[in-house]
Amino acid sequence: MTEADEIQGTTAGLEFEDQDLLRSIEDSGVAFRVVSTLLGLVILTAWVIFGRQILLGLGVTGLNQPVAWGFYIVNFVFFIGISHAGTLISAILRLSQAEWRRPITRMAEVITVVVLAIGAFHPVLDLGRPDRALNIFTAGRLQSPLLWDVSSISAYFTASTVYLYIPMIPDIALLRDRGVRPRWLYTFLAWGWQGTPRQQAVLERAVSILMVLVIPIAISVHTVISYIFAMTLQPGWHSTIFGPYFVVGAIFSGIAALMMVMIVMRRVFHLERYLKQVHFDYLSRLLLIMSLLWIYFTFSEYLTAFFGNEPSEMRVFYYKITGPYAPFFWSMVAANFLVPVGILSFRRTRTIPGIFIASASVVVGMWLERLNIVVPSLANPRLPLPTGYYIPSLVEWVMFAGGFATFMLGFVIFARFFPLISVWEIQEGRKLSVAETTERLEGYLPDPVPSSAAQSATERG
Amino acid sequence: MSRWGMVIDLDRCTGCGACMAACHQENNLPAAGPEESSRDRAFHWLRLLPEVSGSGAEVKVRYVPQPCVHCDDPPCVRVCPVHATYLSEEGIVAQIYSRCIGCRYCMAACPYNAKVFNWYEPEWPGDLKRSTNPDVSLRPKGVVEKCTFCHHRVVKAREETRAAGREMRDGDVTPACAESCPAGAIVFGDLDDPTSRVSEMTRNPRAFRLLADLGTKPKVYYLAERD
Repeated sequence: MTEADEIQGTTAGLEFEDQDLLRSIEDSGVAFRVVSTLLGLVILTAWVIFGRQILLGLGVTGLNQPVAWGFYIVNFVFFIGISHAGTLISAILRLSQAEWRRPITRMAEVITVVVLAIGAFHPVLDLGRPDRALNIFTAGRLQSPLLWDVSSISAYFTASTVYLYIPMIPDIALLRDRGVRPRWLYTFLAWGWQGTPRQQAVLERAVSILMVLVIPIAISVHTVISYIFAMTLQPGWHSTIFGPYFVVGAIFSGIAALMMVMIVMRRVFHLERYLKQVHFDYLSRLLLIMSLLWIYFTFSEYLTAFFGNEPSEMRVFYYKITGPYAPFFWSMVAANFLVPVGILSFRRTRTIPGIFIASASVVVGMWLERLNIVVPSLANPRLPLPTGYYIPSLVEWVMFAGGFATFMLGFVIFARFFPLISVWEIQEGRKLSVAETTERLEGYLPDPVPSSAAQSATERG
Repeated sequence: MSRWGMVIDLDRCTGCGACMAACHQENNLPAAGPEESSRDRAFHWLRLLPEVSGSGAEVKVRYVPQPCVHCDDPPCVRVCPVHATYLSEEGIVAQIYSRCIGCRYCMAACPYNAKVFNWYEPEWPGDLKRSTNPDVSLRPKGVVEKCTFCHHRVVKAREETRAAGREMRDGDVTPACAESCPAGAIVFGDLDDPTSRVSEMTRNPRAFRLLADLGTKPKVYYLAERD
């Protein structure tokens, strides 16, 4: 009996150690139906409102002549930022062979795929003529940063969907073997997985190729999103720091969103045995580092603008620091720096509720950052025109709610049909990782002193 | 081939706004109405830019007519994802209404805020729609539009000169704003013809261009006021 057969043999039975991970699939309760109906209603409302916007025109939003971009673009950048949670974190943790990744990667990858789809749809909401959206393909100009975005987001969506699906195959096969309904779904998606050594070798190979491939794609995505702004001549946007600044912000908000989701799922599905204090502790250290990186970038960006004292830059600068956007600017600094650093620096406050508060604060703060980037530069034209203002209309708020509801519904539906924590990776970890890491650690230690005979032999040779 | 440009002499300009009104008439620009205007959606291809100088009791306000400056290196054309805005051979920055997807990237990228967007389907109160200019197409909702240097007049003049069997030259075309200016402050013509009136005026030491340091090479020049 090979090792693979053994794993298969122990898990296909009805009762096994990781029963908890399949509970949400095997006996989904009334709660699932209630929650998904409620979320569905919110999403339906958003679609109706979107239909009305198509019929009447973008006049139903709060956008205007200098401030031609608002919530839709802010949320586009924000959601795509959140999507960096996943694939990037999961790929980096896998690549660095961090053993504590095992219960985290799946959730991170799901967030990526769901949020990326929502984010990528946002520019369509923002189009004056969504009926002509396909002109992007038939008449696209590759010189336009918007086309760079289309290419890079499609690549990222494809790669991260595959990267979510491939490591899920053994778990789907497990559900198929346990006879979970709908059987056709699991039979189809399991792709004939039997857990043979050859299949496992192929799986491992595919995952290791994908995890390397996905990292540069993920970084390119937020870099070119920043290029939409940085490539124009507008004060406050035309900055070389924007690429890395956006990537850092994206990973920052991504980790925060991931931890929020993890804490909620831990509570809802009773996953305390799997998502332990140590996982949150490590992730929150990562969040702390990103927060410091973020303040470093923010400081550099604004100091450069301030010290140069260029009039049109200063108009945008003071609009944010002391002007109408001061409340948003300073709450962004508080939410992205003071709150997370204050909470996560101390062991006493680095508890699960503390981490949840810090993460929520970062998610809000990063949304404010996107708002602070998009609106003030547009509201302060270079020519002596009156300063613009932007108050989002109810339509834009409803679409915002619709975006969030779509995220939650996507996640809930995923949790209903697939395990949120990779069962086979947990089992593999239990079986192999202690031996593997011991071996690896031994590899770090200095070599034992060679015997004198061997030493003199090498000296002569 | 001509390269069209414009010179606006601020010494002659009285700020009367006739150019703006003529532009609205000529190019079928619907009036935005008080409600939309109060929401910062006033709709002009040529606006009067308020210029405030002095302080205290000595405040002086004057208006500078500002159409699209038709850059030779236009930032809006660079960013358009679908080639809906382009620089024509005669130097006119044009917009293709039927191709524009309404992403408003060009508006965000234009340092002159020269482009406007159709937030709603344009409204024509009463009988006004029947008095629109048949030479200029009406725009649908959801697309970006802008000053065309009265491109339809350029097309008409080209047909006429072709019929007359000669090349088009400076003075064959006058856009509505220049035509309507009672002070003769707006001059339009061929910048590539060194003998044209616009060329001569651009060599005037009073000549300047808006935000010339951005390197967009605008083709609308101004002559500064004499003291």
